[in-house]
Amino acid sequence: MSDTKKVIIIGSGPAGLTAAIYAARANLSPLVFEGMQPGGQLTITTDVENYPGFPDGILGPELMDSFRKQAQRFGAETFFKNVDKVDLKSRPFSVFVGDDEFKTEAIIIATGASAKLLGLESESKLMGYGVSACATCDAFFFKDKEVLVVGGGDSAMEEATYLTKFCSKVTLVHRRDSFRASKIMQDRALSNEKINVMWNSSIIEMVGDPNKNGLESVRIKDTITGNERDYKCDGVFLGIGHKPNSDLFSSCLDLDNSGYIITSPDSTETSIKGVFAAGDIQDHVYRQAITAAGSGCMAAIEVERFLEESE
Amino acid sequence: MANNAIDLNDENFKDYIASDKPVLVDFWAEWCGPCKMLTPIIEELAEEYADRAVIAKVNVDQASSIAQQYSIRSIPALLFFKNGAVEQQLVGAVPKEDITKIIDGLL
Repeated sequence: MSDTKKVIIIGSGPAGLTAAIYAARANLSPLVFEGMQPGGQLTITTDVENYPGFPDGILGPELMDSFRKQAQRFGAETFFKNVDKVDLKSRPFSVFVGDDEFKTEAIIIATGASAKLLGLESESKLMGYGVSACATCDAFFFKDKEVLVVGGGDSAMEEATYLTKFCSKVTLVHRRDSFRASKIMQDRALSNEKINVMWNSSIIEMVGDPNKNGLESVRIKDTITGNERDYKCDGVFLGIGHKPNSDLFSSCLDLDNSGYIITSPDSTETSIKGVFAAGDIQDHVYRQAITAAGSGCMAAIEVERFLEESE
Repeated sequence: MANNAIDLNDENFKDYIASDKPVLVDFWAEWCGPCKMLTPIIEELAEEYADRAVIAKVNVDQASSIAQQYSIRSIPALLFFKNGAVEQQLVGAVPKEDITKIIDGLL
């Protein structure tokens, strides 16, 4: 494609698709590259209970389908493709998707975040073979089995609670002696009789053969005494937070120490003029669907103004 | 999109994977978001490899015993068979090139 686009949006969660809705309504004919997880993190959750406008809650994947349809209705073009490379040295910028190069006057980065792993070699070896970062995807395969959930935040509580629908026993493994999860999520998890808690504990090794039976046990270390022991279980679900998907931009944009794209205060502007960032890729504080959508809207409005000024 | 990939179930599974051509089986479910991303790729492959390989899928809700037999613990899961034996497997939504590389290696 040789003609230069006005704006390309990278990412398709609440931030990317809200940016697409606003950009499309401003006649900017946005292209959206949805990435390997169209709809973003909400597509691997179940009920979204805190998105305004849905008093009875709504399923994450359904909500994201609606976002996409709304963006398409106003002319946004969405592609289930992954951006491999960007060149932000001069305008128009280049976005590379496979063998294709797309030129654009502005970019909105909304690549979001993905589940953080513990970083053990045995963990990546057994990922998909008993180790999972997505309870709603994989719980089905752990019917009447015993599983561990690592973490102490809202996502760990949600995973643990969801897993009790399938598993015989769910144990939360947390390295401290209290959770940082919101009270409502903690109460829901702790009042569930299938859920137990292993306080002051961390997993230091996962044991099993991916080509045989997958995960069979884990080695657990007591974070206070330092004692180690083996614990038999069929699955480990990770709920230890998220990391920003900013690898594509690490060499060209200013990132903070955790890898989040730095944006100007009260704005979605990045360190390069014409490049904007919205949603979890630049927000390590709120990380909600509604805040992501809000910043996606900001980004689209800022792109519109930027293009007007640079004309 | 045309439904090109063969739907496997408890009855026909064994017959199809016994083929001496490479056989790709995609384990999926309705409730699995990442599986839906893979579906169009699987359908494309079914068209592209029409005579050279068998491209098939298993709905784990309807054929949970097959998923159990192959110790599937996460979907989407792609199993690559030849002459009835598992040669390779991939877990998660992966780019098309990763899949074609394995099928081509088994041709």
